[in-house]
Amino acid sequence: MSVSELPGGLKRVEAPLSDDDVRALRAGDRVRIFGRVYGARDAAHKRLIEMLDRGEMLPVDLAGQIVYYVGPTPARPGAVIGAAGPTTAGRMDRFTPPLLELGLKAAVGKGGRGEALRPEFQKHSACYMAALGGAGALASRSVKAARVVAFEELGPEAIFELELEDFPAWVVNDCYGADHYATVAEPWRKVSETGTSQASSELGGG
Amino acid sequence: MVRELHVDEIAGALAKLCIDICYRMSPDMKAAVKRARELEESPIGREILDQLIANTEIAAEGQVPYCQDTGTTVVFVDVGQDVHLVGGALETAINEGVARGYTEGFLRGSIVTDPLFDRRNSGDNTPAIVHTRVVPGDRVRLTVDAKGAGSENMSRLAMLKPSDGIEGVRAFVLETVERSGPNACPPGIVGVGVGGNFEGVARLAKRALTRRVGDPNLDPRWAAFERELLEGANALGLGPEALGGTQTVLAVHVEAAPTHIASLPVAVNMECHAHRAGHVEL
Repeated sequence: MSVSELPGGLKRVEAPLSDDDVRALRAGDRVRIFGRVYGARDAAHKRLIEMLDRGEMLPVDLAGQIVYYVGPTPARPGAVIGAAGPTTAGRMDRFTPPLLELGLKAAVGKGGRGEALRPEFQKHSACYMAALGGAGALASRSVKAARVVAFEELGPEAIFELELEDFPAWVVNDCYGADHYATVAEPWRKVSETGTSQASSELGGG
Repeated sequence: MVRELHVDEIAGALAKLCIDICYRMSPDMKAAVKRARELEESPIGREILDQLIANTEIAAEGQVPYCQDTGTTVVFVDVGQDVHLVGGALETAINEGVARGYTEGFLRGSIVTDPLFDRRNSGDNTPAIVHTRVVPGDRVRLTVDAKGAGSENMSRLAMLKPSDGIEGVRAFVLETVERSGPNACPPGIVGVGVGGNFEGVARLAKRALTRRVGDPNLDPRWAAFERELLEGANALGLGPEALGGTQTVLAVHVEAAPTHIASLPVAVNMECHAHRAGHVEL
């Protein structure tokens, strides 16, 4: 099993992940990620999809794997990596279904995913997890090894192979169609529906 | 009396400032985060704020930026009209300073030179976005905001109708905060510009972000409006990282400017908890 229980109600997640592993993860679960993940963000995703469109082999096999949306700062001499927190996941939405087709099992980033992805995660038994946005120094402590495996010329947008240890995240989209962000604010909300939505329709919603 | 200033001094000061603000959170911002930690009612929110505080400490100790998105470098330059700049072009010196700071400080180059066609990374975070003003005096004041894109991307601008009034501005600001959700990495600062025109209002909002965190607008009416917006934003329930809580925004800074009889422009510049602004005077 690549998903197992840890003390404190946490779940340990390590690739490769099977469909059953992903089924053991529920929206709101707090996890710790170990082992290999592939770091890739906007430009790398664009290239991967272009390669797929041309029928080419991808430089990495994503079956059963975890992709981490990250573009780290350069490592100081002697350091494994620089700051390495997550980037906004929503920008990768359009690139995600073709990678799920290839067997990608999990993505890690920050922020929410579009509603259109929920059935995709269900269909492919895959999930999305969020890490602590903007905490790049803290995240770097959980990165034990890092190397560029493709698209080096993209600099911070290259594909990295990262070795994680005890990397904290929480499940946002599980493979049952749930979205953690859809419900968490409600108990803390102190206003009824403000006039905001009304104003937005008048403004064309920005 | 005209004072001479070599542009190398500007480049050197900027390089240092870029590095400083990315490694060490400013005392005003740190105090605001710690105050949010005291005020936050949700347990997960408090836990996240503790981690954010720990993150800034790790960054300062380990000489690593506290966020990997070391931003677009926005430079506000106030050049005293009694200063004679020598040794080269001002804008070239600014970009040299930024390039040096980002390279020597191991900060991330996040700028692509063409936004649409090849999106090739310039490598050293140049060019900076530069706003220059000529002001009285014989000093040069540089204000830098290393502005992360996660929150920048959630920012919005609206050309409201004058009849939309205070309620329209409030609704647009709060709606922008709410729609930003987790993407703007709350709790951060909301920079609001009201008035001016299309391009002016965006600059007002950006300048508002560079104010010392939590300092109120000097006009009591606008200061009261800032407090009202802060309260409204924190009533949305998003909380730290939008996981539910009472501390979604640390401060709302509003800057206002005269505008056209037909216009009520509003710009909302969202800023994350990794707020990096600083200034130096030469």
